Amino acid sequence: MLDATPRDSVMERHALVANPCKTCQPVGAIYAALGVHGTMPHSHGSQGCVAFHRMFLTRHFKEPAMASTSAFTEGASVFGGGANLKTSVRNIFSIYDPDLIAVHTTCLSETIGDDLHSFISEIEVPEGKRVIYCSTPSYQGSHVTGFSSMAAGFITHLAEKTGQPTGKAMVVPGFVNPGDMRELKKHLDAFDIDYTMVPDTTGVMDAPMTGTFELYPKGGTPLDDIVALGDAKYSFALGPWASDACVNALKRKHDVEYTSLPLPMGIAATDAWIMALSQYSGTPVPYVIEEERGQLVDCMLDAHQYLDKKRVAIAGDPDTVLGLTAFALECGMIPAFIGTGTPGGGFEGKVKELLDAAGIEEGTCWYKSETDYFEMHQRIIQEPVDLLLGPSLWKQIAKAEDTPLVRAGFPIIDRYVHSYLPIVGYKGAMRLLEKMLDALMDRQDAECADEDLEFVM
Amino acid sequence: MSPEVLDKVCEREESGVPTDTVDTVLDQYEAKVYKNRKKHLVTVDHTLETPQEIAANVRTIPGMLTHRGCCYAGCKGVVLGPVKDALTIVHGPIGCSFYTWGTRRHKAVTEEDGLNLVPYVFSTDMRETDIVFGGEKKLMSAIEEGLELFNPSAVFICSTCPVGLIGDDIHAVAARAEARFGVKCVAFSCEGYKGVSQSAGHHIASNQIIRRVIGETDTPPEGEFSVNILGEYNIGGDSWETERLLHRCGIEVVSVMTGDGSVTDMQRSHMAGLNIVQCHRSINYIAEMMNTQYGIDWIKVNFVGIKATCKSLRAIGQYFADQGLIDRIEAVIADELEELDEDFQYYKSRLEGKTAALYVGGSRSHHYQQLLRDYGMSTVLAGYEFAHRDDYEGHEIRDSIKIDADNKNIENLQVEPVEGKYRVRFSPDKIEELKKDIDGFEYYEGMIKEMDNGTLMVDDLNHFETEEFVKALKPDVFFSGIKDKFVLQKGGIMSRQLHSYDYKGPYAGFKGAINFAHDLVMGLYTPVWSQVVPPWRSTPVLTGTVGGEK
Repeated sequence: MLDATPRDSVMERHALVANPCKTCQPVGAIYAALGVHGTMPHSHGSQGCVAFHRMFLTRHFKEPAMASTSAFTEGASVFGGGANLKTSVRNIFSIYDPDLIAVHTTCLSETIGDDLHSFISEIEVPEGKRVIYCSTPSYQGSHVTGFSSMAAGFITHLAEKTGQPTGKAMVVPGFVNPGDMRELKKHLDAFDIDYTMVPDTTGVMDAPMTGTFELYPKGGTPLDDIVALGDAKYSFALGPWASDACVNALKRKHDVEYTSLPLPMGIAATDAWIMALSQYSGTPVPYVIEEERGQLVDCMLDAHQYLDKKRVAIAGDPDTVLGLTAFALECGMIPAFIGTGTPGGGFEGKVKELLDAAGIEEGTCWYKSETDYFEMHQRIIQEPVDLLLGPSLWKQIAKAEDTPLVRAGFPIIDRYVHSYLPIVGYKGAMRLLEKMLDALMDRQDAECADEDLEFVM
Repeated sequence: MSPEVLDKVCEREESGVPTDTVDTVLDQYEAKVYKNRKKHLVTVDHTLETPQEIAANVRTIPGMLTHRGCCYAGCKGVVLGPVKDALTIVHGPIGCSFYTWGTRRHKAVTEEDGLNLVPYVFSTDMRETDIVFGGEKKLMSAIEEGLELFNPSAVFICSTCPVGLIGDDIHAVAARAEARFGVKCVAFSCEGYKGVSQSAGHHIASNQIIRRVIGETDTPPEGEFSVNILGEYNIGGDSWETERLLHRCGIEVVSVMTGDGSVTDMQRSHMAGLNIVQCHRSINYIAEMMNTQYGIDWIKVNFVGIKATCKSLRAIGQYFADQGLIDRIEAVIADELEELDEDFQYYKSRLEGKTAALYVGGSRSHHYQQLLRDYGMSTVLAGYEFAHRDDYEGHEIRDSIKIDADNKNIENLQVEPVEGKYRVRFSPDKIEELKKDIDGFEYYEGMIKEMDNGTLMVDDLNHFETEEFVKALKPDVFFSGIKDKFVLQKGGIMSRQLHSYDYKGPYAGFKGAINFAHDLVMGLYTPVWSQVVPPWRSTPVLTGTVGGEK
């Protein structure tokens, strides 16, 4: 596996990206748009973009990922895609009847300078229906940026202030699975907080099997709830890369204050989230939550000897990678390689803060934003690790280096069930803990001599 | 299994498709869409005097929820992706490259001392500054870095949408890189917006392979009978199963285009005795151009289906007209059929009488009908994502295909016989004879002839039509792709992917036919289907009380 990768040294590259650790904005925009009930995500570009994005989301979630396209041809690329968008909107409303069409751009429509604002303002939209848009050029940021731009787009285009406070909090959950969103809702409910989660892919990308296909499944943030966010009391952003743009948009537009927190992964980040909820609601932390935390710590103590000083390589999206890194450190592991492909946002500084706080000596861990799996592989060859943690994109490296892989984050395209269960919160940390222990302990059992097989561990 | 049994399973029956199905679906469209889509939907009727015509390879109406992809997907994803010894650099923003990473299941084995880049993707990861100031320099640096890392046989450069728009000249970069580094560099202008589907990309890839790869080295085949397999991408190992059969028969495979393929093999492919074409749509260009340039004949074969595999092997035997070869082919067929008979009978007993709908790319919707027929299944609907009219109606209608604004921009490469490399295989008279004797000799019949009266043939099926036709036709299984697999499954229809085989396979050849039936039976009969409706939906659990009495 990966036999072509030179093993003797690490080559510094400046132009060639090999086996990327990010993809482009529009796929994130589609995922965010699927989290608003009754929405048809629409890709303003050539057909291939949306074909790839639907394919990829479906492979991760094992659920339909519906989205339409402006189907640019060479002519549209030269003369502009206004007519294509107009036809799209007419056909989508007439055939698929969504409440809202959420348009995002592509590198194609951005490069030719299509002005979506003027296009859309000239399009006749049926009574009671809406068309919104956001700009997601594929040559900037990553899929995380696309998610963040679309989430912000919902606020910019839809949130209205009436002056009648709703008393609700807006919660932006980050680029996470429906299983994570359900866990975050559990926390909010434990504090009796009235909230609107934007976007909310529960019930959409984890819809149950009923024997009936629903083009717009039950889940997703209700459109009216987004409109009412102008009167929200407060907002929370979880994971700054994915969520800050959305809370910022609400602050700018309707002056709603916010707190931005890291994705609540592991103990400390979940503690911060739970305390923020407690403070916001004026409610002491309910025992059920404290009990969960205590159970997690209990398990970590019980099993600490199997994780202590284990070298782990972590990759994926910045918010998730920081969460995984923090939790690995809490378990006494050494996050030897930490990488993301998403540019910007001060990733490396934030990793350093985590490492410093854990007392890890400088030079012990390698970390980088804008890396790729090829580079991380070359580095891992030089200094092997015990465990790989992150998307299934690690898979080939796991096989090549015979190293166990624990899947977490986006994308996981080669396993089932994962998106239904959390990696956030204490419960999510406990799930990760179990997965890491199983991977390492199964390996120990498989590889040890017969006489060393531990019957009790 | 006796030929009689096979013939019996292949008896044609009239399908039970209601005649007004198409109208019911079309009537729900507004006038413009109605007018357009009407031409893409055909209720098959072989009793008509004039052969039926279908609109194909034309623009998709925006906003229809098409399943089609783009030109880049056809060029890089389909044709070039499986070539293992070329460094294929995608020049563009990151996404286009990312989505072709390991996702199409074109399997490739690393040979001893051979380069296998199939597990990788490479991109110039263009950023905003590259879009503004141009990305040619970055592309050149990327080539240099890639050469230093891998020392490949060739560099392929694929462009994406913005590259064409900002005017980066990838052909000039390729020429400069070739001169500077002494490695073959081939550029493919396969911007996503070109053409109307993946099909444009197949054509662009084929043109460049003809121009720059085939005919470069003259190493002859070792054996007496040799072929190239064209349009076989080794999804799930299909090519390996096909090659296993050919080798058993004593037929050498010079190159496969492009499954588990290599530049090195393709460079000498003109030395082979015959081209056999599996996927007509994606690569018939190469078969036809090689015929003109090198005199190599081609036969449209199909290694999907038991009967189809027998027929394809026999056609090759007939072409080479060697009694020893013909006898070996018959012996292999007899042996393989005997081996699979028990499994075949079992699976047939589970599948016979079931109905299927097929919506795949540009050949499989036809090929798999033959395999389904082997098992006594019938097809109620079949459609192609990106086929042309000749894939539906056969080569005989080619002259009546209209060239429109989208198609005329895809170069129709004109080639001439290559001096010193063109070999006359047979006299013109003999060729005419072969055309009569061998089905598929330099001819493709198209899908419609396979289909029963009253079944539906659909081009560029969209989501709305999928839902409507499923409601009307209620097929037992819908073969399609990942984008609608779960749509169908959620609606209670068993769906298997015929692009990726749901990560199983191979489905080609005799063993593949059994694998296919195994997976299909598994899907149709999994006990999970019986759990879809919770018991409380069919059995009341609450006992009613009147007026709160206890």
